[in-house]
Amino acid sequence: MAQFILPPNSRVKKGKHFKAEGAKNLRKFVVYRYDPDSGENPRIDTYDIDMDKCGPMVLDALIKIKNEIDPTLTFRRSCREGICGSCAMNIDGANTLACTQANEDIKGAVKIYPLPHMPVVKDLVPDLTNFYAQYASVKPWLQTRTPPPPDQERLQSKEDQEKINSPSACILCACCSTSCPSYWWNEDRYLGPAALLASYRWLVDTRDEATGERLDELDDPFRLYRCHTIMNCTNACPKDLNPAKAIGEIKQMLVERQH
Amino acid sequence: MKYRTPLSNVLGLGSSKTGVHHWWVQRLTAVALIPLTLWFAFAIVSQRLDFSSFESAREFIGQPIHALLLILLTFTMLHHSQLGIQVIVEDYVHGPLKVVGLIASKYAHIAAGVAAIYSIVVISVGQVS
Repeated sequence: MAQFILPPNSRVKKGKHFKAEGAKNLRKFVVYRYDPDSGENPRIDTYDIDMDKCGPMVLDALIKIKNEIDPTLTFRRSCREGICGSCAMNIDGANTLACTQANEDIKGAVKIYPLPHMPVVKDLVPDLTNFYAQYASVKPWLQTRTPPPPDQERLQSKEDQEKINSPSACILCACCSTSCPSYWWNEDRYLGPAALLASYRWLVDTRDEATGERLDELDDPFRLYRCHTIMNCTNACPKDLNPAKAIGEIKQMLVERQH
Repeated sequence: MKYRTPLSNVLGLGSSKTGVHHWWVQRLTAVALIPLTLWFAFAIVSQRLDFSSFESAREFIGQPIHALLLILLTFTMLHHSQLGIQVIVEDYVHGPLKVVGLIASKYAHIAAGVAAIYSIVVISVGQVS
């Protein structure tokens, strides 16, 4: 059966409270902590941050915590402008990027957890090995039988290019897949919204000549049809993409080729 | 220690190349159920249906159009229900219990359908001995 209760060694306990002294504009940051080397259960640490000396985004607060309060706090970050997808985490109950989520848009304490239902490597760092393998499994590259024209690139009209504009903008942050209950219960066999959006990007690419083979690979009760149109994926996407619509269109293509 | 590569895990046993039929029939039965259930609800309310005795049930089901629509409703509803329960089992039940659940659900739906349709036919044209 699907697991609805955390195993005993994963249950979250109360952690430390790092208090700030002499600050007026205080904000509480409640952060999930887990260190596999300690052998202890995960815990929730609370940090008081002086917002007068902190940047506007959640990532600014995390960097401030790591630099000034607790250097053991572990998280991924890189571009700090929503294009690399490294700092995807669960903030205030929703998956998003810490670098584009403003502190002032959150009411009360800022609660920060790793992406849901993934193995945790340490603190806010999830293990995305399976997620990346699913992306690789949809062969996210151009497949053709016709050789390219000898003197130019493969041509595409402006309208055709616009079809792949939006799905190409996916940054593989995993916010969508890890917000999907179907993905939580069957992440070993359901490809998840991110990999399906990637597949869709090549299915609608007019230069690609492997559309049939791509659809064959998706025509499976688990790989594609675990999607029950819950739409958490579209809700979570920090790039405002629409994986749910892409999956719906893949299902339409599969029906279309039957009739 | 597991030595399979992550990609090998994801590729698994490959695509089953089925699934679109299940999805399509689930939609077809769902659409068909809209008029059928509306008709049944309307019939219950407008004709003040009373199924407390064989005679009173016979009065309604004895009309061929009512019997036909009831059989259609029963078949479509149980077919749709079977497809839906299958999805729920596949979603939540893992391990060897999954196949047991899928088979049990299929058998139970077929048995219920046969019993219900047999009853409708008997009430419509037959007599209780």
